[in-house]
Amino acid sequence: MIAYLGRRVIQSLLILLGVSLITFALLYLLPADPVRQIAGRSATPQTVENIRRQLGLDQPFVVQYWHYLMSLLSGDLGRSYIQRSEVTELIVSRLPASLLLMVGAILCELLIGLTMGLIAAVKRGTTTDQTLMVASFVGVSAPQFVVGLLLLYVFAVRLGWFPIGGYGTWRHLVLPSLTMGILGAGWYARMMRSSMIDVLRQDYVRTARAKGLARGAILFRHALPNAILPVIAMIGIDIGIFMGGIVVVESVFGWPGIGQLAWQAIQRVDIPIIMGVTLVSAFAIVLGNLLADIVAPFIDPRIKLR
Amino acid sequence: MTSPIAPDLPATGRLPARPRAGVWRQLLKRRLAVLGLVIVAIVLAGAILAPWLTGYDPNEQMFDGLTLEGAPLPPGAKFWLGTDLLGRDLLTRILYGARTSLIIGIVANGVALSIGTLVGVTAGYFRGWIGSVLMRFTDLMMAFPALLLAICLAAVFEPSLWIVAMVIALVNWVQTARVIYTETSSLAEREFIDAERTIGAGAPRILFRHILPHLLPTIIVWGTLGISTTVLLEATLSYLGIGVQPPTASWGNIIFENQTYFQAAPWLVFFPGAAILALALAFNLIGDALRDILDPTQRGRA
Amino acid sequence: MKKFLTSTVAASALALMLGMASARAEDAVDPNAKQGGAITVTYKDDVATLDPAIGYDWQNWSMIKSLFDGLMDYEPGTTNLKPDLAESYEIAPDGKTFTFKLRHGVKFHNGREMTADDVKYSLDRVTNPKTQSPGAGFFGSIKGYDDVAAGKAESLSGVTVVDPYTIKFELTRPDATFLHVMAINFAHVVPKEEVEKYGADFGKHPVGTGAFKLAEWTLGQRIVFERNPDYWHKGLPHLDKVTFEIGQEPIVALLRLQKGEIDIPGDGIPPAKFQEVMADPEQKARVVEGGQLHTGYITMNTTMAPFDNVKVRQAVNMAINKDRIVQLINNRAVPANQPLPPSMPGYDKAFKGYPHDVAKAKALLAEAGHPDGFETQLFAMNTDPNPRIAQAIQQDLAAIGIKASIQSLAQANVIAAGGDKAGAPMIWSGGMAWIADFPDPSNFYGPILGCAGAVPGGWNWSWYCNKDLDAKAAEADSVVDPAKAGERDKMWSAIYDKIMADAPWAPVFNEQRFTMKSARMGGADNLYVDPVHIPINYDNVYVNDVQ
Repeated sequence: MIAYLGRRVIQSLLILLGVSLITFALLYLLPADPVRQIAGRSATPQTVENIRRQLGLDQPFVVQYWHYLMSLLSGDLGRSYIQRSEVTELIVSRLPASLLLMVGAILCELLIGLTMGLIAAVKRGTTTDQTLMVASFVGVSAPQFVVGLLLLYVFAVRLGWFPIGGYGTWRHLVLPSLTMGILGAGWYARMMRSSMIDVLRQDYVRTARAKGLARGAILFRHALPNAILPVIAMIGIDIGIFMGGIVVVESVFGWPGIGQLAWQAIQRVDIPIIMGVTLVSAFAIVLGNLLADIVAPFIDPRIKLR
Repeated sequence: MTSPIAPDLPATGRLPARPRAGVWRQLLKRRLAVLGLVIVAIVLAGAILAPWLTGYDPNEQMFDGLTLEGAPLPPGAKFWLGTDLLGRDLLTRILYGARTSLIIGIVANGVALSIGTLVGVTAGYFRGWIGSVLMRFTDLMMAFPALLLAICLAAVFEPSLWIVAMVIALVNWVQTARVIYTETSSLAEREFIDAERTIGAGAPRILFRHILPHLLPTIIVWGTLGISTTVLLEATLSYLGIGVQPPTASWGNIIFENQTYFQAAPWLVFFPGAAILALALAFNLIGDALRDILDPTQRGRA
Repeated sequence: MKKFLTSTVAASALALMLGMASARAEDAVDPNAKQGGAITVTYKDDVATLDPAIGYDWQNWSMIKSLFDGLMDYEPGTTNLKPDLAESYEIAPDGKTFTFKLRHGVKFHNGREMTADDVKYSLDRVTNPKTQSPGAGFFGSIKGYDDVAAGKAESLSGVTVVDPYTIKFELTRPDATFLHVMAINFAHVVPKEEVEKYGADFGKHPVGTGAFKLAEWTLGQRIVFERNPDYWHKGLPHLDKVTFEIGQEPIVALLRLQKGEIDIPGDGIPPAKFQEVMADPEQKARVVEGGQLHTGYITMNTTMAPFDNVKVRQAVNMAINKDRIVQLINNRAVPANQPLPPSMPGYDKAFKGYPHDVAKAKALLAEAGHPDGFETQLFAMNTDPNPRIAQAIQQDLAAIGIKASIQSLAQANVIAAGGDKAGAPMIWSGGMAWIADFPDPSNFYGPILGCAGAVPGGWNWSWYCNKDLDAKAAEADSVVDPAKAGERDKMWSAIYDKIMADAPWAPVFNEQRFTMKSARMGGADNLYVDPVHIPINYDNVYVNDVQ
């Protein structure tokens, strides 16, 4: 186990290194000049060159990447070109909003997805089952920006139940979480359904049924906990899907998280911020996958860590 | 009729069956798959017949298509789905937008599928250092936030329809590669492959004669499901303003261009939004049914 | 030039005068103004920095003006220069030496008195390459600038502290814009000890001499300014507190304004709500409309065929239907016919520009040898409404046979293409368009139409370089005498008329500002569309509901 963990951690670090190299190379190839963004409209060519030298952007790619890597190893993500603040500080100030959204989204997708899956499994083969499964497909097929705009229109503009966007109270959190959660809910509904059907076929459930236990008791006390575990184990992998949606959902709702930070930074080639957000996201994804892999054998003894 | 998604059969771990002639007939027996096929047929017809279905040019900005204050017109007798913020007929743009979605869906997904299969088969069959390099690279790609990577890629190249397709392909091949890798490596361990090797068959022969045919069901299933992912990613990139270049209509960029008005003119978001949803849904439904028919072991897995 | 003339010796033939008593500025305080109260202003985007040497966004530009002061400023709501931290100034007859007398008893927010040493330090700092100031280039006319910019000197040799309340600037050339330069944010005075204390984070801990001081900054959420009780300008500011709420969508801000929760939506009225607001008399009454020192234009690369032919460029000018483009942005702009915006001194009211005339445009194209038009590319920034405007331009061009394909890219990519001689045949400037740094006609020339900007990485995207006009521009800028300002403006008008004859640009529109305020806000309308304070002049506005 320890050896496995050690190997996985080293692998994860190598992956992060690769992500940093590829992103850095892509940004280096960008047909745009970050220095001109910093220097602004009135800068003379001399000012531009001075700033380029100050930032070391006149150096060859390998040197630039080496410098970045060295400061990264000492925990320094650099300073934003445009905002001039520490990237770490900027990300830390935005991270709570994104994490809050992530928690909200996970709650939404579990609540909706597990409920749907449970009902579908119990009502297997009926119209309810089919309807729910079509709904789960709609969930995974709906573009997040459309869902977000639709929810905004209905629940914020028309009904006025929730704010039109922004950040602050729990009411602000509902619509973005829901938007983010609908995608995942579709997957969870289907996983929950098959997991539950599997469990319902197990001997102990049959035994319980034979002993004449009430249907509700069987479902909630015996079947549900067993069915839910393998599904919950997927949350780690979910982080990747979440990170994919964050740019869009945050921009639709004006949510002040790292997705918006990255999007604004891309517009202005603020390379340190783009690097920082990409690395933080990749870190979260790698961590999520690692957790999912570690948790798996505890839930399903057939899986062995290799 | 049982639900097409229901994993009624326990996972057997047996070899995936080769595609059978009856696939098409089985597909037509499933209501949801038929729904998906009908949607695809409608979108395809709309895309091909667009010039005959509407009397407007998708790019013509009409003077009577806007109010004096520059607001778009609501759905009505002249413009069935209303006009957009440039005074163009929305229905026409949605019909032509279907072309963009389908072309990118097919091209990008085709390329992604090819890359994924190539990487997966190579890694799975040859193993060794090539295999591990390829699979580590795949792991690396998995760690990227997909959209962020696509945005960076789109910024590096001057965007056009084909560049957008390539960007999407470069982001989307990873899943396929992983699945194909797993299947290939289990196939490569089978006795009949060993037998082939001992009678002196070369790698190309084994790959094309024995491995690829067995992979075909998986490729078909992932190819169909992948179109859905591709359509969604194209719409998202266009929605962010970094997809297909204007004035080419795309469902995503229709929403991008008009969303400042969406509270006053929600139809500008909802009609193209519904189109994206319908097409993505259709390919998901078909893909899932195919998975059921062709490859029972894959059922119910995400 | 050793002899200084004071303001009391007015307009002597030798000495170019100017000098105002501080009393004059204090007269400007609105007698109806009420003291006290707090307002809330909203913004969508984060405020980047409040360091005057660095901040160059439209949000922080005006905030910095309330935290810091420069030697010069403008009368509130106007483009008229007035001394600020300076009490008076004198300009030598050759226009190359400027001497400022500083106001006594001006204190930084940390309690220390501001002196001439601080002024010198601030300018040395902003021009030092290590500061990475986007504004360093503004000070190019000061003697010793080149050495500092090249890293050969730490201090500008042309700036001399005569005594704690007198500072002298020597220039390498006569510069009529120098007083404006002393009024821009980059020339604002900062205290050395605080800059050194916070280092690169000074922008998060700004300490100046301004009307307000920073009380709180919660990154990404809220910035609070509170009244500086020791502000040298007695009677200002009127407000006790200004709270900036960050991360507010414009649409949310408007709703909150309608509910009375906020006072100024900093990002303005969102397009979809504009008609609704303007249709309601009660709300419309709270909207102040004003000009903006902005021009939106199409650049044509004069070094690339076929735009190297003036007839083609003129044809493009005639092809554009500006009224329709203005309609596309809810009529929130006025059609433009020359580079300068109407509220800029030097704007030529008599100039008619090119008419929208498709037939004549086609004829010109035919004369230029392109009767069937040609294919080209139009670059535009990829945020709304720019791709839409680009498509409208595309359709107008198609009407005369020019097939322009659109390249809708991130701002940085468009700027890079524009700064590359072979990069972009045409660019729609929207989102990156020139907004004047200071209200002077010269500001629309140098970097964007002069030879100095027509270099790789420059902002002269039409690569238009006319040596004659450069000479004329230098001549106009050597007219330093404020008494001859009218004459100088005429010289500039002539320069822009000549530019329009060569047509490197097709000017499209000048954006208008529409600032909406809460019912409780008071003060003259021009404070809400102040040409140098966007959105509003925080120092001079007040609220009516305080005792």
